[in-house]
Amino acid sequence: MIKAVARRVAAGAVVLWAAATAAYLALLAAPGDIVDAIIGDGADTPQIRAQIITEWNLDRPAIVQYLDYLLRAVQGDLGRSYLLQRPVAEVIGEQILPTVQLALAAAVAGVVLALVLAVTTRGRWARRASSTAELVLVSTPPFLIGIVLLSVFSFQLGWFPVSGDQGWAALALPAVTLGLPIAGVLSQVLRDGLDRALDEPFAVTARARGLAERAVLIRHALRHALIPAVTLLGWLTGVLIGGAVIIEQVFGRPGLGQVTLQAVGNGDMPVVLAVVVLAAAAFVVINTLADLAYLLIDPRLRRS
Amino acid sequence: MTIALPRPEVRRLTLRQPRPGIAAALIVLALVATAVVWPALFAGDPLAADPLHVLETPSAAHWFGTDQLGRDVFDRVVHGARHSLSIGVAATVIAVGAGILFGLLAGLTHRYADEALSRSFDALAAFPLVLLALLFIAIAGTGTTSLIVAIGIATLPHYARVVRAQTLVVRQAAYVTHAVAFGASRFRLVLRHVLPNVLGPIPVLAMIGLGEAVLIAAGLSFLGLGPQPPSPEWGAMLSEGRGYLHIAWWASVLPGAAVTATVISLTVIGRHLQSRFEGRHQ
Repeated sequence: MIKAVARRVAAGAVVLWAAATAAYLALLAAPGDIVDAIIGDGADTPQIRAQIITEWNLDRPAIVQYLDYLLRAVQGDLGRSYLLQRPVAEVIGEQILPTVQLALAAAVAGVVLALVLAVTTRGRWARRASSTAELVLVSTPPFLIGIVLLSVFSFQLGWFPVSGDQGWAALALPAVTLGLPIAGVLSQVLRDGLDRALDEPFAVTARARGLAERAVLIRHALRHALIPAVTLLGWLTGVLIGGAVIIEQVFGRPGLGQVTLQAVGNGDMPVVLAVVVLAAAAFVVINTLADLAYLLIDPRLRRS
Repeated sequence: MTIALPRPEVRRLTLRQPRPGIAAALIVLALVATAVVWPALFAGDPLAADPLHVLETPSAAHWFGTDQLGRDVFDRVVHGARHSLSIGVAATVIAVGAGILFGLLAGLTHRYADEALSRSFDALAAFPLVLLALLFIAIAGTGTTSLIVAIGIATLPHYARVVRAQTLVVRQAAYVTHAVAFGASRFRLVLRHVLPNVLGPIPVLAMIGLGEAVLIAAGLSFLGLGPQPPSPEWGAMLSEGRGYLHIAWWASVLPGAAVTATVISLTVIGRHLQSRFEGRHQ
């Protein structure tokens, strides 16, 4: 058990290290002088150049530069934005809360909707209708969903504020927008898991014990159906973070999305690098947790 | 967003897909393809502004209405097919090409090189697609070319992993061992015996992947990172029309609907082909 846990944690750490390295290599590969790339559109004075050279150890051998970058990243020092003249960690720390709120609310909305869809649409026609709905949801650009919801619920009906970050009412539409495509994918996976679980001998046993079909479904089959859905947690993180960047823009919400887009537009590389590496870290951590959750759920995996 | 679902899931879903759905998807794709190759067949000038007829509701004269400059939205959507799809197709070509190359390399080389390449695929896959593309654009600058390369790199690991897995199976096959016994050169072995048998699932994956690439491209264009106005790219049109949403929904919703229709059609056909392909192999 301990060995299996250690193996998964180590694998996660390797991927995280590789991701941080890839981001660093991307910076090195930028055309032109690396100092120019780090300054971006910020003020370009000899003092700032000197500061960048010391901070990134550009006067030292390449290997020292790289190791120092890794060391600083591990310690949570994400560098300094020369455009904003502030540490990157501070910039991100200020804006991360609305994005995390949005991502969590969207995850809850998506998972709840997927569960309801998968459990309630068991009949032939209901299933066909909801399969079609799922296909439409996963094929529609999230910003279009956002714009349609905005158009109907904010402009026509006036139920929700049009933009901004004023409490829970302003969170509802963005969260649903981001949650719908997730619900589309998850409910497909859950439905298939339910179908497979209901074919298993334990379902027959449960029915033979006189359990109602609904109880078999919810108390027995659903647990099994959740296992493949756990695998999707890592994917879910990526979709939530990547989607949040776009959805925040649609609804004019503050958050990491705006920070990132501004940084991309102004060539503020330290901020872009930090956001990207942070997103990869979130992916790796959640994926590793999902792997560990598997070990808890399925004892057979603990052996190898 | 398309992701790799567990295999039986995909098969069951496609068996459930009604035939009329496939016919409709084929018709949509045929229309889109025509719009890409020969937009003038359906539509007039996408850039012709008419200040006297701005933000008009859809009518017989303007099927999709007009936008804030009085341009015909239908004309723009038709011409936009070329912009939007060429980005998706070019990105998919890059991803598939590089994916085959790196996947083959990983599958054929010895332990350490394979391990290093596989971990690189994992690392690439750890970044959310949109953010990886943003990183690339931050470095290479905005523009259609960097958008294409960005999406190509971001979607590469998917194909590389499949090709690697296929290569590991194929290199054990009897016909490969026989070819070695007959003294085939390394180069010939890979090109004539391994490669063709590795490529099997790629066209179908690429079709589903194309839908995904079109979606991401539209998203990044929506953020202003793709073709610049007045280019009639679907995502960019949506972003332009967004400011007039409260008075003219058609200027943003209809270009978005074009993206949705195209992606759904690609996904339906892709899944259908996948079910036929897997049926043949199981």
